[in-house]
Amino acid sequence: MKNKIAVKVDDLTVAYNYKPVLWDIDLEIPEGVLMAIVGPNGAGKSTLIKSILGILKPIAGSVSIYGKPYEDQRSLVAYVPQKGSVDWDFPTTALDVVKMGTYGSLGWIKRPGLKQKKAALEALEKVGMLPFKNRQISQLSGGQQQRIFLARALVQNASIYFMDEPFQGVDATTEIAIINILKELRKAGKTVIVVHHDLQTVPEYFDWVTFLNVKKIATGPVKDIFNDDNLTKTYGINYKVSIQE
Amino acid sequence: MGTAILGAITGMLGSFAVLRKQSLLGDAISHAALPGIAIAFLITGAKDSNTLLLGALVSGLIGTFWIRGIITKTHLKSDTALGLILSLFFGFGMLLLTYIQKQPNANQAGLDKYLFGQAATLVERDVWLMAIVTGICLLVLLLFWKEFKILLFDADYTKTLGFNTKTIDILITSFIVLAIVLGLQTVGVVLMSAMLLAPAAAARQWTNSLGVMVILAAIFGAFSGVFGTAISATQNNLSTGPVIVIVASIFVLLSFVFSPSRGLLFKQIRFIKNRRDLELHKTLAFMYNIAETHEDITHPHAIKILNNFQGFTKGTLQKLVHKNYVKLDGNMWYMTEEGFKTASNLYNQQTTGDNE
Ligand SMILES: Nc1ncnc2c1ncn2[C@@H]1O[C@H](COP(=O)(O)OP(=O)(O)OP(=O)(O)O)[C@@H](O)[C@H]1O
Ligand SMILES: [Mg+2]
Repeated sequence: MKNKIAVKVDDLTVAYNYKPVLWDIDLEIPEGVLMAIVGPNGAGKSTLIKSILGILKPIAGSVSIYGKPYEDQRSLVAYVPQKGSVDWDFPTTALDVVKMGTYGSLGWIKRPGLKQKKAALEALEKVGMLPFKNRQISQLSGGQQQRIFLARALVQNASIYFMDEPFQGVDATTEIAIINILKELRKAGKTVIVVHHDLQTVPEYFDWVTFLNVKKIATGPVKDIFNDDNLTKTYGINYKVSIQE
Repeated sequence: MGTAILGAITGMLGSFAVLRKQSLLGDAISHAALPGIAIAFLITGAKDSNTLLLGALVSGLIGTFWIRGIITKTHLKSDTALGLILSLFFGFGMLLLTYIQKQPNANQAGLDKYLFGQAATLVERDVWLMAIVTGICLLVLLLFWKEFKILLFDADYTKTLGFNTKTIDILITSFIVLAIVLGLQTVGVVLMSAMLLAPAAAARQWTNSLGVMVILAAIFGAFSGVFGTAISATQNNLSTGPVIVIVASIFVLLSFVFSPSRGLLFKQIRFIKNRRDLELHKTLAFMYNIAETHEDITHPHAIKILNNFQGFTKGTLQKLVHKNYVKLDGNMWYMTEEGFKTASNLYNQQTTGDNE
């Protein structure tokens, strides 16, 4: 049923210094999946996303989005960076950050207008942050900041979403709120790719999974490949999670 | 006049340097400009400021792009790269200056003003130049406001939206270099970076909006320029640069102490006030719990009971009486309707959290 390939990664190799942190990654992500990328700290999960999005330049390999180079398909792709990647003391408000999601479609020089503001407010509403729209971003809690980032990506109205640890530091309620939004996106036919650390919740939240540790260990439907064998291969130690079938 | 314009432009651009946490950048650029001045003098023999500033601009830009190169090509930290270029260029510049001073024919009187600045040597043409550059800078700032803002906040994300971050970055940096070079004659190489950073740092204390911050920084910078020049003019031979920078630093100091949201003074006052309020609320809540045990909420209780409650003082009781939440009757107290309502509201507030 799922035959269209949303994201295709070919022979991707990435290095910061001399030693590659990603080796020969081949990956096909079908359209409409909610996929987790799992792997230990330093496995290269963030690096993989950044390379797909053209933030980092790979040594070798290529990435295509719906069969075309990423550069031609930018408008189809949204990104939620790891929360710690920005300075939250920056003088701006929650609404302003969410508006940034519209900058891409605006292009150079043009300013966001009423239409963009409306879209931003809708996104804030969706993540339950409307009451905080005029808050200075440094005065938001970690979970609220995370939701602002999510809203900024929602505003982009993309087909494919890449999220780097959107559940980092959020409480149980927010986690459920976020996963519901992600599931809604999937229902709308979007493809969502999430770096995820909590292995216990993988089977519950996701339908697709990629194991990564410098090399790609495995990728496929959660029900087929989320097993102790792959976990052990990825995390090194004899890893066991109690997976309730 | 010239120094006011100068202060305004360095203040505006300084905001960007501060927010990028590139405090050293200003230092590096201004020091990198020194050899340019010396070389321009050696080649042309001219003391005409435009020629010398052109030299400064060229070597400032070379220094800046070396720094960028070092940061992207090697894995040195940006601070290290900045420091490296700074000392390298400044050392070379000083060497040249010393050499020039030893030349018998060289009338070098014009050159040392670039170390500490001398506003009195500004001529009308210099001021015009500054005004024009400031105008262009303002225009560019307005046009690319959105791009500057998003790059400063989240560079990686900006890239994914399809903006060429390198172009935006080069645009900002070039204007910072330009502003610094323009300031050399007035403020001098050594203190130029303070002129860039001080107004911006002061402005940051007063506002949480980027736009307001840039405007405030421009105003602070302009004032520092005017006052600094005025003060240094009263004294013969007093270099302008240090005086301007001292005025700007006073702005910073005042801002750090007095700003309402981030200042130390108000933080302290708020802290004390919050603690007092909290004590009051806690006592009220405790009384509420006791009063609740009775059907009649205004039923009197002994003051002694309250002594069991940590944090209770006569002062807080007085305040509650004063606010009409509690009434005293001998050594008994009872809660008023109003107090009861307030106390139960406290509970609700705590459970729903604050929503602005
Ligand atoms: N800017 C950088 N310069 C040099 N090395 C880096 C840089 N960023 C990451 N690395 C290295 O690349 C490897 C992969 O890092 P990456 O951030 O992709 O890991 P990750 O899987 O996202 O880890 P985490 O779970 O901690 O977020 C690590 O070994 C890290 O040390
Ligand atoms: Mg990561």
